[in-house]
Amino acid sequence: MNKILSRLPATIAFTIAFTLCSFGVFAQTVATGKVTDTKTGKGLSGVTVTAKGTRISTQTAADGSYKINVPAGGSTLVFSSIGYTSQELPANAAVTVSMAESAQQLTDVVVVAYGTKKKTDLTGAVTQVNAKDFQKGNINSPEQLLQGKVAGLQVTPGGGSAGSGSRIRIRGGSSLNASNEPLIVIDGVPVESNGVAGNGNLLNTINPNDIESMSVLKDASATALYGSRASNGVIIVTTKKGTRGKVKFAYSSMFNVGQVTKTVNVLNGDEVRSIINEEAAKTGNNTYKNLLGTANTNWQSLIYQDAMGWDNTLSASGAIGNGALPFRISAGYLTQEGILLTDKFNRATAALNLSPKFFDDHLSVNFNLKLSQTKNRFADGWAVSAAANFDPTQQVHDANKYGGYFEWLQSDGKPIGTNGGSSQPNPLSLLKFRNNRSEVNRLIGNIQLDYKLHFLPDLHILVNLGKDHTFGKGDDLRDSLLVTVSPFKGRATHYAQYKDNSIIETSLFYQKDLKSINTKLDVLAGHTYQDFYTNVYNYADYTLNGTEIPGTRPNFVTDKPQNRLESYLGRVNLAVANKYLLTASIRRDASSKFAEQNRVGYFPAFAAAWKLREEFFPTSNAVSEFKLRFGWGITGQQDGIGLYSYLPVYSQSNVAAQYQFGNAFYNFLRPGAYDPDLKWETTTTENIGLDFGFLGNRITGSVEVYRKKTKDLLSVVPVAAGGNFDIQILTNVGNVENKGVEFTLNTIPVKTNKFMWEFGFNVTYNNSRITNLLKQQDPNFKGIETSGISGGTGNNIGRHVVGNAPYTFFVYKQVYDQATGKPIEGLYEDLNRDGIINESDRYLYKKPAPDMLFGINTQFTYGKLTLGLAAHGTIANYMYNNYFSNSGVLRATQNPLNFISNASRNYLDTRFNNNRYLSDYYIENASFLRLDNINLGYNVGRVLNGKANLRLAGSVQNVFVITNYKGLDPEVASNEQVDNNIYPRPRIYSLGINLDF
Amino acid sequence: MKNRLIRFSVCALVVAVVASSCAKKLDLFPQNDLTPEKAYSTAAGYKSILAKIYGTLATSGNVGAAGAPDISGGLDEGSQIAFIRMFFNCNELPTDEAVVSWNDQTIKDFHGLKWNSADPFLKGIYARPIYNVTLINEYMRECTDAKLAERGITGADAADIKNSVAEVRFLRAFNYWVMMDLFGKSTFITEEDKPGAVLPKEASRAELFTYIETELKAIEGSMAPARTAEYGRVDQGAAWALLARLYLNAEVYTGTAKNNEAITYANKVITAGYSLHPSYAGLFMADNNKATGELIYAINCDGLKTTGYGNTSFFVHCAAGDDFADYGVSGGWYGYRATSALVNLFEDRTGSTDKRAMFTTSKYGTSDAQLALTDIGDFNTGPHVKKYVNKRSDGGAVSDITGTFADIDFPVFRLSEMYLIYAEAVLRGGSGGDKATAVNYINKIRERAYGTTNRGQINQSDLTLQFVLDERGRELFWEGHRRTDLIRYGQLTSSTYLWPWKGGVASGTAVDAKYNLFPVPASNMVANPNLTQNTGY
Repeated sequence: MNKILSRLPATIAFTIAFTLCSFGVFAQTVATGKVTDTKTGKGLSGVTVTAKGTRISTQTAADGSYKINVPAGGSTLVFSSIGYTSQELPANAAVTVSMAESAQQLTDVVVVAYGTKKKTDLTGAVTQVNAKDFQKGNINSPEQLLQGKVAGLQVTPGGGSAGSGSRIRIRGGSSLNASNEPLIVIDGVPVESNGVAGNGNLLNTINPNDIESMSVLKDASATALYGSRASNGVIIVTTKKGTRGKVKFAYSSMFNVGQVTKTVNVLNGDEVRSIINEEAAKTGNNTYKNLLGTANTNWQSLIYQDAMGWDNTLSASGAIGNGALPFRISAGYLTQEGILLTDKFNRATAALNLSPKFFDDHLSVNFNLKLSQTKNRFADGWAVSAAANFDPTQQVHDANKYGGYFEWLQSDGKPIGTNGGSSQPNPLSLLKFRNNRSEVNRLIGNIQLDYKLHFLPDLHILVNLGKDHTFGKGDDLRDSLLVTVSPFKGRATHYAQYKDNSIIETSLFYQKDLKSINTKLDVLAGHTYQDFYTNVYNYADYTLNGTEIPGTRPNFVTDKPQNRLESYLGRVNLAVANKYLLTASIRRDASSKFAEQNRVGYFPAFAAAWKLREEFFPTSNAVSEFKLRFGWGITGQQDGIGLYSYLPVYSQSNVAAQYQFGNAFYNFLRPGAYDPDLKWETTTTENIGLDFGFLGNRITGSVEVYRKKTKDLLSVVPVAAGGNFDIQILTNVGNVENKGVEFTLNTIPVKTNKFMWEFGFNVTYNNSRITNLLKQQDPNFKGIETSGISGGTGNNIGRHVVGNAPYTFFVYKQVYDQATGKPIEGLYEDLNRDGIINESDRYLYKKPAPDMLFGINTQFTYGKLTLGLAAHGTIANYMYNNYFSNSGVLRATQNPLNFISNASRNYLDTRFNNNRYLSDYYIENASFLRLDNINLGYNVGRVLNGKANLRLAGSVQNVFVITNYKGLDPEVASNEQVDNNIYPRPRIYSLGINLDF
Repeated sequence: MKNRLIRFSVCALVVAVVASSCAKKLDLFPQNDLTPEKAYSTAAGYKSILAKIYGTLATSGNVGAAGAPDISGGLDEGSQIAFIRMFFNCNELPTDEAVVSWNDQTIKDFHGLKWNSADPFLKGIYARPIYNVTLINEYMRECTDAKLAERGITGADAADIKNSVAEVRFLRAFNYWVMMDLFGKSTFITEEDKPGAVLPKEASRAELFTYIETELKAIEGSMAPARTAEYGRVDQGAAWALLARLYLNAEVYTGTAKNNEAITYANKVITAGYSLHPSYAGLFMADNNKATGELIYAINCDGLKTTGYGNTSFFVHCAAGDDFADYGVSGGWYGYRATSALVNLFEDRTGSTDKRAMFTTSKYGTSDAQLALTDIGDFNTGPHVKKYVNKRSDGGAVSDITGTFADIDFPVFRLSEMYLIYAEAVLRGGSGGDKATAVNYINKIRERAYGTTNRGQINQSDLTLQFVLDERGRELFWEGHRRTDLIRYGQLTSSTYLWPWKGGVASGTAVDAKYNLFPVPASNMVANPNLTQNTGY
């Protein structure tokens, strides 16, 4: 890291010097004028006026007036502004321009794989969300900007922890064991998807304020150029760039307060007392009665706080050197508390973009550098469940040697627990006596050199050199007062890791307008090479007074896993008569994760689109857009598996796993199970889409129908005992099919001079089904157990079964009392009618993944005031309420280790004595609608003597959730949908200002 | 000039980038894990693999106490794939010697004698011995003279490796014996079967019997003489002891009794110089590695270096409640007890006369009320067993100061079992031994138990088959013998002998004779069509 950083200034200096040395000097005349809005007749501010063929540009003032130096040779001025149709006019001395609003959106340029396209020319399923449409409010991690915005995209935040990441799914998961996370590309650099030590969510190192747009590539024809990592879709993040105008500054600041809105329902002290007393009277055993305290402590209210956050970003963009060096530079600082005591996330970011051009614009340079430092203090998540489970009859404090907090102790004064540490620690001591902190520094940088050949301007060469370097380190310090680390004198765990990923990419682009056959041709050929290198440092644990803790010394001081990917890619785009669009592409990937004979995969794609509007009603305004698309492609998947899974390897055991011969101990060397024939998982996708726009694009939208078939799943499947070095191995077997329909609609129902109402809606239906799991078919095969739960040992609640959705719940059918409607404890239906209730009576019941996802966005604009609402939800997804099944029983109150625990109020509903983990009673419908935010904005306009523009914003996030789910929160970020009491999501109130000057 | 330079630079860069691609860059290897060629390149590498082969019986994986399990398949590392714990669950829980209060999946089916082929614990104990055999076969393939020579391993190193082949063949035979005893058949692979090549075959009980017998006799001559191997490794004594146990049960395994052979091999051990350890309790304590006079083969465990939740650490925790201090550990798991039927084998349940009656802790006694197992799920009911104790007989400190993991080694074969085999084989009509010697051997055991020859001694008229079974109960309880013994006596499933909660009924009931064998776990049947199921499952 240090080495990289020390090289940075040199790199920047070089780039700047490189740019400055190419300035030229020109003779000039002055042009002045005014730009007005065609509709209102008023002056338009902020319109960019550029002298065509030069870098000279300016922007109109508040009244629409402008003044620009036009070089002697320049005779044309270009007027452009977002949302208006650009115009080119002769540079006469006083040009007055009337600009008309352009048709909504459809002139937008969309970022696609290895390039950009006009939205009207898209052939694949791509949705781009621009900054103005992002989720509003306090958002720490960029993927959450897309929440509910894109059909087919599900973003589920992991919980309420500050800076926590999300589970992202594009059109359902196509894999069972390998990764289901999409590939994320930031400014041309496919970035590290896994976390680094000290930060499990590397996306939060990107400042959302620096992002210009996020493009979601959904079908194979859009993603296939990313080949073996494209099966789960691709999200391309484009950050803000410099523009050629004068230097502008923007400052945004947002302050927020988060509050816990809901905690799980537990019994109070009096209820626990009466239950325990009743039991004692019944059984005559006073063991637990004697442990009761006299208090009524609400432990959950003690562990949460009002969490404050403050997010600031200052940026400057424009061009210096008389327009020669467009740049954008920004700095951000976020400090964010979590609602769990001691939880904290700080982030400092800096971003630089330079985009100069040289040699009469033949060489374009695009240099991006993003630096970030995140500092976390992770509150111990155990406190969340500990607070729900801790005995409410006890006082918070107690005179003991464990920091004055009440703890369950044995007769010898040591904490009650099975392994030397407490099994039921006081939730407050978990938070107060543990300091788990990390620091992660990250650099993402790349330079793109785009050279248009002098002798053949139709051809240009793009070289992209990129680096993603992350260094994470941290210390987990557990105080000697903490009961979980008894009998050691505290415990200090240090960790450090860096990841160093590089990309070298060369592409050739050839564009030709073949006028003779009315066809535009666009060809791409490229080569890319990526290296992913990790260095993990291993350390022993120490007590706080510096003594090494026995058994913790690592075998190896470092581990350096590495993998590489080398690819060739090619694409041809044809646009015939601006009506028929054809795209064909292929990528050849070679991955170090597979043996030489299986290393190479080919991933082709094909797409065609027919512009029906241009064909049938080219002049219609009523039908402003009508296009039919078809796409087909094959993509691959290789993430989420071991780096060397195909290799036979022997691994060394740790210090606590040795064998004694005579007086000496010997470490083990163990062969691992492996499949030498491991290869890519491949997904074939078909997609049909229809884009439409009516009434001058007041109504726009699209319908997509897709089918994704994944074969050769990277699956962990049973193998014959004795046939390998385990009873299951990772191999290629199994098929999963996803089918779905997406519908997106964006409308402007009302639009007058002063008032505008925009309304957007998207809905997705997805059906995911396992179609095969075995290499050799077996009619008796019952599927693969999945979805481990807490409680007991080794209990699983789900199964992968052919013909069903992945992770389908596998349960007993609960019998209910006809009169009271309550479940009868331990009574299940004998489904096979053999007179015995056993494993064979379990049945497949409901699935975790939703049938439907939807997102709703609306915005009202009245003059300078805007009001927006955003919501999202799911339909027909089910959850296993593990908190209820584990804690909603009498047994939960009386722990066999001789302490009292609290129970879920669900006990009052069921009155179950013992845990009935596998009852379908605990499978609940978790469909929901969440109002993500309500936001209000006011554009104050010019302030500070007209020097600056001010906007104010306020928002409430996580406003409410409508659901029948009885647990804390129906949104749990996992495939299995097993609810074990998540870190609650706070409701967040924010106030922000934006100042542009 | 400047422009041309830059143009040239750009072109050069493009060329450099394209040229940098090279397929060989994709051959990457892990930094710390070793390819087989590297693992077997030194004598130290061989020793580490040999340690793993022995260690598969003591640990559940490559990270102690848990974290890198040898066997996955959705099984719980601590409770379902650790050899000692599963061997114990299979051989003790279905009998009068043990019950468990927990709700872990199907664990209560064991005492209830009502398991089925979907049982995850059985999936674990089926997988464990076969896994061990897979490692042994791999090791043997690498121990040929040619391979050692090719790797430049010579002299004492080579000799030690060659000797170890007989040891691992013993361990393979022992693992197959476990399979034969529990399942009555087994997936069958030898060093001829390379992993991944073809689906393993199945061997019947008779085939396994012959294989184990042949193997043990074949290696007998190449093993170190009895009582000469370094502690933790096996020698001739272990091979003889396994043969003696095999022959004693031959009628169950093959239909043909082999009591003469049982006597022959028990005698070989008895006359090899072993002697009873002076203290019975000392055999199950943290420093029981001192009991080399009696221990023929023990699986070594250590509180710091050979740790796991399924080796002897399990014994000390599973039997302990809040009386954990009596067991020398820092916490109890509130799980396992015995039934009164075991206690009643002793003339005095308090342990004050026959010291083997280890049923009293500081919290629990042996009152009639305590012995009544009113609720299997209630740890407070039933007799509590305090046989394995993680304290040192010399009062010294144990390895793990946190009191989590035990130093106790698990006795697989010890001399007193050989005495009992001798006596039983004589009673069953075996030749080569006599009743007088048998009585003498039993009295040696009882002398140690009672600490005197004034009480507890028997004469020839006392020595009946039922007496031997009861004596085995008293001497060997909780050491993994009971199920095999009750089957040999026809008492496991029949109504001849009932104990509390046998067959899931408080007073005990007979169950289907199919429960004399465990079923082949269903997942194995799916993964390997060569396997067949046991009758009744």
